[in-house]
Amino acid sequence: MTAAIELRHVVKRYKRGKQSVEVLHKLDLDVPAGEFLALMGPSGSGKTTLLNLIGGLDRPDEGTITVAGERVDTMSNGQLAKWRSRHVGFVFQFYNLMPMLSAERNVELPLLLTSLSGRQRKANVQAVLEIVGLADRAKHKPSELSGGQQQRVAIARALVSDPTLLVCDEPTGDLDRQTAIEILDLLRVLNREQGKTIVMVTHDPKAAEYASRQLHVDKGQLVEDEARSAA
Amino acid sequence: MKYFPLIWAGLWRKKTRTIFTLLSILVAFLLFGLLQGVNAAFSRGVEGANLNRLYVQSRISFTEALPYADLAQIEAVPGVTKVAHASWFGPYYQDPKNFVITFPVEPERYFALYPELKLPEDQLRAFIQTRSGAVISQDLAKQYGWKIGDRVPLRSTIWTKKSDGSSDWSFDIVGIYDAAGSKAFNADFLFNYSYFDEARAFGRGSVGWYIVQIDDPRHAAPIAAAIDKLFENSTDETRTQNEKENAQSFLKQQGDINLIVTLIIGAVFFTLLFLTGNTMMQSVMERIPEFAVLKTLGFSGSGVTALIFGEALVLCLIAGLLGLAGASAIFPLMQGFIGVASLPAGVLAIGVAIAVVLALATALPPAWRLQRLRLVDALAGR
Repeated sequence: MTAAIELRHVVKRYKRGKQSVEVLHKLDLDVPAGEFLALMGPSGSGKTTLLNLIGGLDRPDEGTITVAGERVDTMSNGQLAKWRSRHVGFVFQFYNLMPMLSAERNVELPLLLTSLSGRQRKANVQAVLEIVGLADRAKHKPSELSGGQQQRVAIARALVSDPTLLVCDEPTGDLDRQTAIEILDLLRVLNREQGKTIVMVTHDPKAAEYASRQLHVDKGQLVEDEARSAA
Repeated sequence: MKYFPLIWAGLWRKKTRTIFTLLSILVAFLLFGLLQGVNAAFSRGVEGANLNRLYVQSRISFTEALPYADLAQIEAVPGVTKVAHASWFGPYYQDPKNFVITFPVEPERYFALYPELKLPEDQLRAFIQTRSGAVISQDLAKQYGWKIGDRVPLRSTIWTKKSDGSSDWSFDIVGIYDAAGSKAFNADFLFNYSYFDEARAFGRGSVGWYIVQIDDPRHAAPIAAAIDKLFENSTDETRTQNEKENAQSFLKQQGDINLIVTLIIGAVFFTLLFLTGNTMMQSVMERIPEFAVLKTLGFSGSGVTALIFGEALVLCLIAGLLGLAGASAIFPLMQGFIGVASLPAGVLAIGVAIAVVLALATALPPAWRLQRLRLVDALAGR
């Protein structure tokens, strides 16, 4: 299987006051296409930083990042924005929906950047809302939806432009157990049936079990989950 | 157009704030439309001035009278082809708010000097022959429903009659003239100078100002100088100007309307700039995580900036156009005062341009601020 994501000797530093803190130390990572990878680790371990780099939201200070065959570490801000719109779908812990837009308008947002006609956009939005089971809530605003429904809208938004990669930052962190299971089931279906490569950051070991591979980020380095690897 | 729902939704994120901002801008543009419209209406009178005509008035002030005897001397100045005169009568009809622009004139002289005022020959004859006769503009006739044959009482705020000391004067309407689109004469009430001069209690043998027609506008300066030279060092020194200068000087004596209007509008828009700018900044700062999400989804920095400019533009244009529409609706009600029934198109165009500039100026600081934010920090709400 070809690698969807390839990180080589990635270093990321942040400035805290006058100090420079290295969050990721010469990190290497290969994620094959179609994999569902869970990144775990304590707060401040660098897992969200790693996710931001993979998703093209930030650039490394050293090393190379190749996603879907393209070097993202050398792209300009404008190129990165275009690249993200084509290749990455984002799912956040707090859904990050536009509160003043209906579910369907939220899902439509990534398609506004394409040349699709209004009718085509509407058809695509309808299709993904059906996949996430919210076709009947298309006209509802986020405030009229439950947390689980809002996260489904966010997943639909991430899926609508048919990206190569889904990047999920604590997608179940704000949900109750039952709703979290529903969301994780949905992600697993998307991974298995639609072949989406998924990288998910989570604190929750039960959520991580839905992934096909788990990696721990510890002090800026990646550590393979030995138990699962052995299995 | 596909971005419009996003812009519209962003604009109404905080309904109350948007409504108050919209109202502030609306009122500012209403004020702009009314003040600038009045200013433009006055200026239009100045622009339409005839450069073949000179105005001779007292050097001290246009309210000071000149001797009637000056007329013959002015007529004798080389280059002068016709001379007429008028005086300020200052009356109202029934109620002080019904101010009527009224001048006692010598009919033949006056209408010969203003060929643009179309009065039928028989009505001019009737005007000359009827001592208490008066002619009025079509607009004035329409405004008060006056017609030929009506007897109209006017109360002068200046002139009393020597017969009974009363300020009430009666006139018989004998003609209605067509001002042919002239804004300067479309509300005038003209009556016989002979009747005025005989009946008034004081100031007999004087006129307010002279109107002089000359052979060539290029000779205006030497002719004006020659007229003023005639009365130099007399008790009634004159100042002679062309019609345009006279109109401008009249406006200046009214308190330089243009300057006042410009200052008021400037102050209003200066305040509005800060008010709207602050609102836009607050609105954008509150939504930084939302803009960060848009950028995460692939919107470019310039795309997000365009959304902010779009919001400001929609807000300012809607409020501005509503304000200008309000001014347009109010303008006909002021026709009696300014003589113009509709808001000049130029004012509307300037208003729209100001709305666009206001939008750009108020959207610039938040857009610039947003451009400088790091995406990961903005997403994390830092």
